[in-house]
Amino acid sequence: MSELRTEEYHLSMGPQHPSTHGVLRLILKLDGEVIKEAIPDMGYLHRGVEKMMENRVYIQIIPFVDRLDYLAAMNNNLAVVLPVEKLANITPPPRAEYIRVIMCELNRIASHLVWLGTFALDLGAVTPFLYCFREREPIMDLFEMAVGSRLTYNYIRYGGVASDISDEFIRDTKAFLSYFRPRIDEYEALLTENPIFLQRTKNVGIIEAKQAVAYGISGPMLRASGVRRDLRRALPYSVYDKFTFDIPTGTVGDCWDRYIVRIREMRESVKIVEQALAGLPAGGFKIKVPLNLKPLAGEAYVPTESPRGELGFYFVSHGTNKPYRMKCRAPSFCNMNILQEMLKGWKIADVVAVLGTVDVMLGEVDR
Amino acid sequence: MLLDLLIILIKSAVALAFISLTAMFLVWMERKVSAHFQMRYGPMRVGWHGSLQLGADALKLLMKEDIIPKLVDRWVFIAAPVVVFVAAFLAYLVIPFSPVLYVKDLNIGLLYVFGVSSLTALSIMMAGWSSNNKYALLGGFRSVAQIISYEIPILISVLPVIMLSGSFSLIGITEAQRAFPYILIQPVAFFIYLIAATAEVNRTPFDLPEAESELVAGYNVEYSGMKFVMFFFAEYVNMFTVCALATILFLGGWQGPILPPFVWFLIKTYVLLFVLMWWRWTFPRLRIDQMMSFCWKLLLPLALANLLVTGLVMVLIK
Amino acid sequence: MSEEKKIAAAELLIECRKLQATYDYLPFMTAIDYPEKNIIELVYRLQSTATNETLMLKVELPRDKAEVSSLISVWPAADWHEREVYDMFGVKFIGHPDLRRILLPPDWQGYPLLKDYTDPNMIKKPVTI
Repeated sequence: MSELRTEEYHLSMGPQHPSTHGVLRLILKLDGEVIKEAIPDMGYLHRGVEKMMENRVYIQIIPFVDRLDYLAAMNNNLAVVLPVEKLANITPPPRAEYIRVIMCELNRIASHLVWLGTFALDLGAVTPFLYCFREREPIMDLFEMAVGSRLTYNYIRYGGVASDISDEFIRDTKAFLSYFRPRIDEYEALLTENPIFLQRTKNVGIIEAKQAVAYGISGPMLRASGVRRDLRRALPYSVYDKFTFDIPTGTVGDCWDRYIVRIREMRESVKIVEQALAGLPAGGFKIKVPLNLKPLAGEAYVPTESPRGELGFYFVSHGTNKPYRMKCRAPSFCNMNILQEMLKGWKIADVVAVLGTVDVMLGEVDR
Repeated sequence: MLLDLLIILIKSAVALAFISLTAMFLVWMERKVSAHFQMRYGPMRVGWHGSLQLGADALKLLMKEDIIPKLVDRWVFIAAPVVVFVAAFLAYLVIPFSPVLYVKDLNIGLLYVFGVSSLTALSIMMAGWSSNNKYALLGGFRSVAQIISYEIPILISVLPVIMLSGSFSLIGITEAQRAFPYILIQPVAFFIYLIAATAEVNRTPFDLPEAESELVAGYNVEYSGMKFVMFFFAEYVNMFTVCALATILFLGGWQGPILPPFVWFLIKTYVLLFVLMWWRWTFPRLRIDQMMSFCWKLLLPLALANLLVTGLVMVLIK
Repeated sequence: MSEEKKIAAAELLIECRKLQATYDYLPFMTAIDYPEKNIIELVYRLQSTATNETLMLKVELPRDKAEVSSLISVWPAADWHEREVYDMFGVKFIGHPDLRRILLPPDWQGYPLLKDYTDPNMIKKPVTI
């Protein structure tokens, strides 16, 4: 009788796979169901945005960054506008800053809702997905009311925002916030203490605090590992220093911590929007900025806290109307770096759980 | 002799028609139930509340091109959906819907049902292996591991029922519950049975063989058209079988006041079916090792303890 | 808030080992191409998570021999950033264990973020504003 022989094999997960969220491809080296090695393969969505920007005038950049992280286009708008304003010495009026914060935080909620829904879907729970999209819909409607579009806004501009928000918008936003708060409890009732959910996420894919910092992890993933670092607090931009909010952190750094951090972040975002609406100053929403903007020569980078982590655009200007170089610091690109380390030794089912909590956004990873 | 054969044939044909209709209805029901759980309407266009949607779907799938990929193990690939469908159908032959509505009453009916339903594992393995696809293969592996493991707690959980009724015949078991249904004295066995049965028919939270977010569609990833329909139907037929069996074993089968026996049987079965659907649209999915340890470390000892206690109490009462 | 520091390519690894004690966090690193000066400038943004002190570390490399030691042993975060810079600028990182193209296909010719990169499919559109 011949001896029983075992063999490792490769499984190409993606680029068309229900839980790789876009076009990520993971090459898994498997021993049965256990992962020996996971090699991420990206670039299927590479559009060369950084190269394109070298031939675009500044005002043309904003619509492009909408398409990087299309679930949080407002945050991308803000991140790209801030360094250019810094280079060109533009100070937007206070009302514009407040509107920016309102929009960014609403977008953060919308982005986290998509994340929560797809994460639950990855774990096999279909219903929370539809609940989350139900709540995302009014946010999209709010954006449509204020901006005109629902996903890629091109709203935050140099020197302010594209248009003022109406009283109707403020009323509807307040109504939404009071409607939304109990909905978060509903998601938590479905998932947080569910024993199956706990089994799937507790102690799965642990990142220790030290490791997270060394790997340059940012955003909710970093905070889930217990590092209390939120750029809205650490390096305040816009008017975030005027609001009071907590920075939720985890303790272990496992999938469950990353889940609960994001859930709590939604609650904090609700708080921030409420404060911003209450303190919304009167005045202009935009100052006049030349269309053919020529910032001073120099370089600028303003890190912002996008739903996925530290998002920033590094601009090198030579005083012309086009940036000499623009680099996008994409949070999910940097967060995915640790994936290879995290997945070793886990099972296929954990790949989707871990990948889900990393919250990758391929438009941003591939740029 | 010939007449007997003819009667059995006619009964089988009726049973086949009935389960086909049942499966179609279950698919519609699942879509509606899930839709209402998720604040949607589900199918609404074809017929009253989409009740004819299944006809439209079946027609569409029938007319689809039957794709057999080049590198599959051709005969096994073709045979697998047939085996799964036959296995699902065979289990029906002994299920008594009412004192008169059954195809054949076997004195080992219960064993027969478990015997033929484990053919499902074989066919899923055939599908997974022959598809020449890693996702399908993984689905097949998971399925076999799961079905074989969960068959043990199922069998042990129904043993007390057999001890109490003293019969393997499904009609005999039903008759024995004339006074009260066994769920009243065997609640633990009932829940073990229901959980293990959920795993047996690959439904959430135990739907690992076809976990769509991990294995895309698991063992039936390469199947299309009519062959896919057979897998799909078999899943719902199996679901009906395990619920019908639970009705017979624990809920007193067709017995109940006022309404005709057949209606009672269906009501009880559909309540259980609804519970299965409810679970599916509420729970996330377990991981393979967690599912296995749940079976071997929790369900099996519990079922054994239940068996032991039942035996002790029976001896003491005697 | 953010300081700037220029160091020579040869000292990068030694210097960074020292800097790592203060700056434990590497948000990003990238490169800028200056064909007229014939250099590629590497920019490392270093940060301290405790005090938020920031340092922009700059290293100039000759364009024709763009090689520098990899910082993966100091900050594991440098891994994919270095691969990206290799992919886009052709800078070789000595000591990087897995220096492959990351965003572009493996058989891609040339390094697209260099200023003199051209491709037959590239169309220069006039900007009218």
